[in-house]
Amino acid sequence: MSDSGLLAALYESIGVQPHGLRGQVDVARIEVHHNRVLGVHLVPGLEVDATERENGIEAKILVTEGTLIEKPIQVCFGMIPPDGLQQIVLEVEIEPRARAAIVAHCVFPNARQIRHEMDAMLTIGEGAQYAYLERHIHGADGGVVVVPRSKVQVGEGARYQTDFELIRGRVGEIDIDLEVTGQAHSVSEVTARISGAGDDRVSIRETARLVGQYARGVLTSNIALRDSARAVVYNTLVASAAYARGHVDCKEIVQDNAVAKAVPIVEVNHPKAHVTHEAAIGSVNSKQLETLMSRGLNEDQAVDLIIQGLLGGPSSIAAPESSLREIQV
Amino acid sequence: MNILQLKDVTLDLGGKRILNHLSLDVREGHIHALIGPNGAGKSTTANVIMGLSGYNDFEGDVLFQGESLRGLSVDQRARRGITLAWQEPARFEGLSVRAFIRAAAKDKSDDKIREALDQVGLEPGKYIDRAVDKTLSGGERKRVELASILAMEPKLVLMDEPDSGIDVEALDRIFQALKIFKQKQATVLAITHSLAVLRQAEHALLLCCGRMVDKGSVDRIAYYFEKKCVPCDHLDPVVRLAEDANVG
Ligand SMILES: Nc1ncnc2c1ncn2[C@@H]1O[C@H](COP(=O)(O)OP(=O)(O)OP(=O)(O)O)[C@@H](O)[C@H]1O
Ligand SMILES: [Mg+2]
Repeated sequence: MSDSGLLAALYESIGVQPHGLRGQVDVARIEVHHNRVLGVHLVPGLEVDATERENGIEAKILVTEGTLIEKPIQVCFGMIPPDGLQQIVLEVEIEPRARAAIVAHCVFPNARQIRHEMDAMLTIGEGAQYAYLERHIHGADGGVVVVPRSKVQVGEGARYQTDFELIRGRVGEIDIDLEVTGQAHSVSEVTARISGAGDDRVSIRETARLVGQYARGVLTSNIALRDSARAVVYNTLVASAAYARGHVDCKEIVQDNAVAKAVPIVEVNHPKAHVTHEAAIGSVNSKQLETLMSRGLNEDQAVDLIIQGLLGGPSSIAAPESSLREIQV
Repeated sequence: MNILQLKDVTLDLGGKRILNHLSLDVREGHIHALIGPNGAGKSTTANVIMGLSGYNDFEGDVLFQGESLRGLSVDQRARRGITLAWQEPARFEGLSVRAFIRAAAKDKSDDKIREALDQVGLEPGKYIDRAVDKTLSGGERKRVELASILAMEPKLVLMDEPDSGIDVEALDRIFQALKIFKQKQATVLAITHSLAVLRQAEHALLLCCGRMVDKGSVDRIAYYFEKKCVPCDHLDPVVRLAEDANVG
């Protein structure tokens, strides 16, 4: 398939008109198919250095000091063929006081046996703001193994928001590993929203270390499972400075023969730090269910709506017209 | 005509008698207030009528438009035109106000959803995209729930303490909602501890210890209210009234 054919196929799976997006000069884009960089469009203050490797790409994304990139940078990583390996090595640096958001679509619509690995190192500079939405679009049969690994340094007074979404198509197997370290007065918000069915397997391992005074961090996992899907969530929050505040929140709705497990670890090693955790795992909340049923929805419709809400999430990052001003951490 | 009748309803929960041979009639198209002290069984009565889980194992019968509701699920009752506004409305993580109201609405257009929000005094532009979760205050959540019920256009609305957690200004909106229900010939059974809400009703029912202690005009029941009929010691209210009069 030609590059333009691949690009069209990727965008079609996302439900976006490529020429519509490509016509917007103020929207930065990075388009990658397997190990081919199909397109890069930059805006002032954004530098991208991408190298093609045997099974993927290595890229550095830099937002220079003080730059405000108004519109979210649109990134697309995908594979149209049913089989293959895609390895993405990514270095992201948001320099001090810069502000940027990325909406990344990871698209594997025909997957039969695909492995997608992502190794990311992120540095969010002092007073910078960075929001990242990773939206996965998979085919109906699973057949994807997704292994994202990230290490994130959130500088003093910086804000970091990341939102992982896998609600369209089957999960296959996913194994998320993320570690974030927050300096003084930083805010880190890590969210995962995943819907599993069939024999999907979900594993989430997220750690936030709040090492600076007044650092704040929230780890949120919202997961819905059907059939014989399984999920396990290990969320660890460590607060080790005065007035550091953290919260771990795990909600898993389980239907049919699905199995969910959550292991929150909260650790405090400063007398003035404070962390909390909340986990709700099981069937749909009966009060929510009966409220919607008392408005005329049958049980299945009510369950669907509740799950839709749970997984719909806060993603203000996703709206094409959304600017950073609207992104609240 | 009575749209709803409870006939000799007796319900035990946790080994305790909560409703005790309770009978009551609700007149079609009228606003009723159900009052009584904490623990009297008011919410339980509403839950039995709505058919919530855990409230279906009772003696006696509940008739809606002359037919027994026994064996009907919550949504079947809702589709017949019955709904309930909870004393403490549920929170829905991530579910938008728009989606929540639309789910209930008869006319699912955005205009109708906005109109319903407007009717409860919540500025549609500000609220329609918010989530019905912990980021809404308790009072806001109650008003969003009421908006969803206005949009649903039910025949019988059970309102469990519509005024609790509602500020003075918003209380007017609740009263307006009652007027809208009335205009649409809907029937309202409003549970309340507020004299102001009681005064909006056309009929009042006084419940104590799971029994109907008295019913009739609002003025008559308001008399108990002002006399702080708590606890009633299961005394015949008419006797009590007479005793009060003698003492006074
Ligand atoms: N599931 C239950 N198991 C045991 N007791 C219950 C249960 N539900 C309610 N009760 C008891 O039934 C009684 C009536 O409760 P209900 O909630 O109907 O009171 P209420 O009149 O609505 O009071 P309030 O004004 O405080 O809202 C209370 O004593 C309550 O503790
Ligand atoms: Mg009550």
